[in-house]
Order: sequence, then C-alpha cells, then structure tokens
Amino acid sequence: MSQKPTSSDTLVVAGREFNSRLIIGTGKYKDYAENAAALEASGADMVTVAVRRVNISDPHQPMLADFIDPEKTTYLPNTAGCFTGEDAVRTLRLAREAGGWDLVKLEVLSDPKHLYPDMEETLRAAELLLKDGFEVMVYCSDDPVFARKLEDMGCAAIMPLGAPIGSGLGIQNPVNIRLIVEQTKVPVIVDAGVGTASDATVAMELGCDGVLMNTAIASAKDPVQMARAMKHAVIAGREAYLAGRMPRKMYADPSSPLAGLI
Amino acid sequence: MDLSVHLIINGKDYDDIPDGLTVAGLITHLELPTRKIAIERNMAVVPKSSYADIQLENQDKLEIIHFIGGG
Repeated sequence: MSQKPTSSDTLVVAGREFNSRLIIGTGKYKDYAENAAALEASGADMVTVAVRRVNISDPHQPMLADFIDPEKTTYLPNTAGCFTGEDAVRTLRLAREAGGWDLVKLEVLSDPKHLYPDMEETLRAAELLLKDGFEVMVYCSDDPVFARKLEDMGCAAIMPLGAPIGSGLGIQNPVNIRLIVEQTKVPVIVDAGVGTASDATVAMELGCDGVLMNTAIASAKDPVQMARAMKHAVIAGREAYLAGRMPRKMYADPSSPLAGLI
Repeated sequence: MDLSVHLIINGKDYDDIPDGLTVAGLITHLELPTRKIAIERNMAVVPKSSYADIQLENQDKLEIIHFIGGG
C-alpha cells in the first residue's frame, strides 16, 4: 500500500511536529510585510531568524515579530555571522532568553566567498550547545562522515547544503545527499542552494525530510508566487519519494498494448 | 554631584543615562519592547525575571538584541 502524505505525514524535529516540510528564511525580503505574505503562501510553520543588536537610537523601528507572530510560527534562531563555537553559544543563549526556544540552527561559516561551514568549529560548537541543553539543527557540508558525527553527538536535525548559500545552483551532489539520508535517523533537511521549485523537488525525491531556503524565495521576481511554488514543489517531491519511482530503463516501453492492433 | 553612570550598550558609550537604574529601568528609559528583546550584561545573559532586581553599575557592558530577518 502506498503511503499518503496526509496530515499524519508531518516533520518531527526534537519531538516537535510541523505540518510543513518547508522551512523558510526571513532575510533579503523587500520588507517584513512581503516576508509575511511569502510565509503565508509557502505554508511553512518554521522560519529562521537572526539575532542582532537592537537599534537603541530608534527603538520604534518595525520588528520582525510585529509581522510574523512567534506564537503561530516557530522561530528558529540561527548563528549566522558566528565564526567560533563560543560566539555561537553566546548568541543562542541570548536567543533562548529572548524567545524561550531551545530549538536552534547552528551554522559556523568560514570563507565569505563560498560560505561553506567550518566543520571542525561546527562540531565543537554543537558539543557546547548540546551540553547547554539546546536542540541543535545543524548546517553542515554534504559529507556523510561529518553528518554521522553530528548525529552521534545528538543533533536534532542534519542540514547539509545543496549548493553554496544564496547561489541557487540546486543540489550539486545528489549522491552524498542520498548517502546522508540513508544513514541518518534524525531528520535530514537540505539547507541552502535551492534556486527554483524543481531543486526543492529533487531534494525531497532523494528522501530528505525537509528543505530550508531563503534566497530562492526572497530574490525571486515575485517572492509570494515563488513561495507558493516551493510549497507545491516540496509536497510533489515528498509524494514522489513515498510513491516510489518507476525503475529507469534503457529503452522504450510502449504504454498502449501492442496486442489487438487492427 | 557624582559622575553619572557610564554604560557601554551595543558597543557604544553612553554617559547620559540616569544613575541608579535597574535593567528594567533602562528598558523603560530607552523605550524598548521588553517582550521582544534579550539582554546580556558583562557577557552573561540577564534572565527576564531578574530585570527589576539587577542594578546597573558603572562601566557595565550591555548587549541588547532582538530577532531580525535571516536565513
């Protein structure tokens, strides 16, 4: 019997259940209103957010929370801009106090040219955060060896990149993503690299549990329409994965029977 | 008159903040939305529950953060 992604086919991370397998970022939008409209269209129930200093000289500037209600949408605070484990822990401790959430996205980046994760520092930071009681969803390279180490440490989700952050190049190494999916018991979420709807579908067809994207929606000509496209793309990929694709064949195989021809 | 309290908030020096404020008092003075922010004082997170009890001292280093858009 085929499995149907009904309401029971939810994404469960660290014991928390999400209806959508799409997680969207909140950066690079024209304004928070457009961001909120894209969120609505995407159907996502989790967004990544960054932790930054309040502008003390103008405390009445619009705030993200005025547009995207943290009571309705799960905020996933990230550590973007952190280059050491200590920076990441410091940032997320503040995030935990601000929002009361212990589900976080760890990303420790290296070179601004490719924004690849510094895996040595990522492992160290993950250990510090786990010790401090956080549930860590971790942005990582698409290396199954590192992915295994992060899972063994106790990370709540493994989030390999599909391509460099903001590049929109799609899944560059489907072989590795599939290897990671096969070996991992916690959710695997492709984080970064998706450019258009088919990229998200490919990630889901590989068996990923979810896709996290920001630029693909925010930098589309019409972010709200792209957000809707991504919603369908993720559902399509998930259903195709669950349905089980037909085997690839080298030669044609007619769909209409040859018997009974006039 | 004593020197007024000198605070370093988000990396900037402030010497025009009234003396004797608690963390809660500072938030009110700066007109910040308590619910949406978090504060670190001298590298340690200040729990929201203790805002009213913690008296700021001269040369305290404060970080006041909130959530903004990010990927």
